[in-house]
Amino acid sequence: MTSTQTVLTGELRAVTRPHRFMARHASWIPVFAAVGILVAMVVGAQLYFGKFLTPRLVSSILLDNSYLLILAVGMTFVILTGGIDLSVGAVMSFTGMMGASLLRQGLPSSVVAPTMLATGALIGLGVGVLVQYFDVQPFIASLAGMFLARGLGFVVSLNSIKVTDRPILWLQGTRLQAGSGWYITPTGIIALLVVLVGAGLLAYTRFGRTVYAVGGNEQSARLMGLPVARTKLLAYVVSGTCAGLAGVIFTAYTGAAYPLNGIGTELDTIAAVVIGGTLLTGGSGFVVGSMIGVFVYGMIKTIINFLGVDQSWTRITIGALLLLFVVVQRLIVARSARRR
Amino acid sequence: MSLTDEEMTSDALVAMRGITIQFPGVKALDDVDLTLRGGEIHALMGENGAGKSTLIKALTGEYAVDAGSIAVAGEQRVFHGTADAQQAGVSTVYQEVNLCANLSVGENVMLGHEVRRAGRIDWRATHRAAVGHLQNLGLRLDTRTALGSHSIAVQQLVAISRAMVTEAKVLVLDEPTSSLDRGEVQQLFAVMRDLRSRGVAVLFVTHFLDQVFEISDRCTVLRNGRLVGDYPIDELSPGRLVSLMLGRELEDLAALSGASDRPVDRSGTPVVRMKGAGRKGLIEPADVDVYPGEVVGIAGLLGSGRTELARVLAGAEHADSGQIEVAGKAVRLNTPRHGIDHGIAYSPEDRRAEGILGDLTVAENIVLGIQARRGWRKVRRSEQDALVSEYIAALGIRPANPHVLIRNLSGGNQQKVLLARWLATAPALLILDEPTRGIDVGAKADIQSKVAELSEQGLSVVFISSELEEVLRLSQRIVVMREHRKIGELASSETDVDGLIDFIAHEGREGAA
Repeated sequence: MTSTQTVLTGELRAVTRPHRFMARHASWIPVFAAVGILVAMVVGAQLYFGKFLTPRLVSSILLDNSYLLILAVGMTFVILTGGIDLSVGAVMSFTGMMGASLLRQGLPSSVVAPTMLATGALIGLGVGVLVQYFDVQPFIASLAGMFLARGLGFVVSLNSIKVTDRPILWLQGTRLQAGSGWYITPTGIIALLVVLVGAGLLAYTRFGRTVYAVGGNEQSARLMGLPVARTKLLAYVVSGTCAGLAGVIFTAYTGAAYPLNGIGTELDTIAAVVIGGTLLTGGSGFVVGSMIGVFVYGMIKTIINFLGVDQSWTRITIGALLLLFVVVQRLIVARSARRR
Repeated sequence: MSLTDEEMTSDALVAMRGITIQFPGVKALDDVDLTLRGGEIHALMGENGAGKSTLIKALTGEYAVDAGSIAVAGEQRVFHGTADAQQAGVSTVYQEVNLCANLSVGENVMLGHEVRRAGRIDWRATHRAAVGHLQNLGLRLDTRTALGSHSIAVQQLVAISRAMVTEAKVLVLDEPTSSLDRGEVQQLFAVMRDLRSRGVAVLFVTHFLDQVFEISDRCTVLRNGRLVGDYPIDELSPGRLVSLMLGRELEDLAALSGASDRPVDRSGTPVVRMKGAGRKGLIEPADVDVYPGEVVGIAGLLGSGRTELARVLAGAEHADSGQIEVAGKAVRLNTPRHGIDHGIAYSPEDRRAEGILGDLTVAENIVLGIQARRGWRKVRRSEQDALVSEYIAALGIRPANPHVLIRNLSGGNQQKVLLARWLATAPALLILDEPTRGIDVGAKADIQSKVAELSEQGLSVVFISSELEEVLRLSQRIVVMREHRKIGELASSETDVDGLIDFIAHEGREGAA
């Protein structure tokens, strides 16, 4: 026993303080990188435009992207397990259509909103069952979910449905002021709450830790006696529920539902999650990172607006950033693999 | 020699009786008994394919038994999964560490058993508990560092700590030592002895006979899915154990001993000559010559640069200094493809990740090598069949069916298929990186004698192995590596295991020691 101790404490003693911090927080590096990019963008824009960063602008970034933030939180769960959920944009659109149609028929929003969430959860469950029990690739399973939801949206209506329900519009229309231009809407509060709950789930519950374990090594997780099937299923349910909630928020945001809403949103969501430092291979990443990723996305959109150039540049910039991040992630993974 | 039934069950922690497991077409286990007592280290021995893994998987709940009973601590159990077995107090540490490298050490120990307060995980308390469990095994680690940043040996000990969190009464160690070096094995043994003294029953599966005799108290031997017997280790000798496992005596192992004394003609051009070839960060520039019909061994500790040297020689790593000559001419070896084109075949260390294609059949795996050499030109069906059946017979691949998926073969037979793959390309130089790791005595002897036979016929071989006995027995010359550097070369006829160990440990280090 003594020999064991000497060898291993020797190893421990060699580790200095900054090294120890890095050894303990290596998985946060990509998040720090995303924060760095965000800060660089803000500083750059501030220098270029002279007057860029105002409380108004920061507030509006949260307002304009709360639906994306909610989707990104759900997507983080799925990507952490090593999967992907392509259905979220379509589910958001479909639940929006369904909700708007039910509201038009006179149902109260207190019934409609939970129904929208439940519908999202149900579609997520379906995708999860396909992935877990029928061994379908997550890409294909969620693609099926995407087509289904998109099609169902068209079944509800081919045209835009206006929403006049007061509580729903209140979510977006209320601006809680906090002086000198700061404001926040209930949609923004909901989105931040979702971030908080998502981060809490992942960091402080067995379900959350099992999500990481499954993404790290599914076979190991199973042999460690962890509930792998239930966890993967739940991850897709979380993502679906978030998509349903995003449906509510997006409906409030636009004041109407339209079956062509949210096309390509799933890709924006994935981009935000990846920029926020979550590894597409699973097992490493944070909800907080995804939030930073969404803010980076929103900031790019705003800067492009300020520049007055075509919005297609948003996509090009996002594409370039995504490429950069994926390459950087590969390098980090390759380096740690070599060090082992 | 074996005890009566009554004696066996009285103080047994685990009593498996009449275990039978049927796979499509095969009876993997046929009426096998296994008895484990608290406070003993029990070795489970047998060739690959004897049914060891199947028996373990029955005990750990991965496989359901078709007949027979399992009792743990006197209670009859039916396991429906690994979680059930863990509940009953049976924990397992697998050969490939089955933990999550992306999570922290502490989490890996505690996952599923985290300390919770008011519904949320109390990380401080969880890590404190993890530190306690690790210290019980004499490990002092920063539990907040990622598991992946530690060596395999430490990971293995962490896996054992995890097993002890569930207060396992029975600990199954499935080939825990196959990727550890000598010092690390001793650490593991210290932990095993400690567990034994605390009344845990340890089931130890290994291919290293000397380790069985060093640490275990009893030994159960399986052969072809049947029980051979349960013996106190004192009543066995290594030779007796091997013949129990093989069901035959040992003369074919002895026949090899002459290989290293065979004279090699080193007057002509070497088949391959490395001249100061190296790669920054991987291996320092080294000179290595391999002559026709010669077996050059590479010895050194795990991580000493043995594999890296082989990879540079094979073109799997691009040398950034020096040059490599094949048959006297300098060649470019930037990719494995270049190596294959020059007749250099490389069978990598990690056969599961870099060697076999599990979802292809034995025949397809064999033909792959020759197909790679031919490029787009088709390998005729009749030629394929002839090759495949020739090598299955020549190497004794079992089952002798070219159409089974290779992942269903035992490790030793997979290794033989890989050997066949490269031999089919008629290489000038064959590089074998740990070809006998984790395979049984019988297959090991088959592979060793094949290598000796081929080199006698003029094939040049580079042979890498952690087992110094094996390197000494097969090769005429041994290149010794340490810390990513070639530290010297020895003629096998002039040294023995102790001499080699001494060389690895001390050569060029006199000043420091």
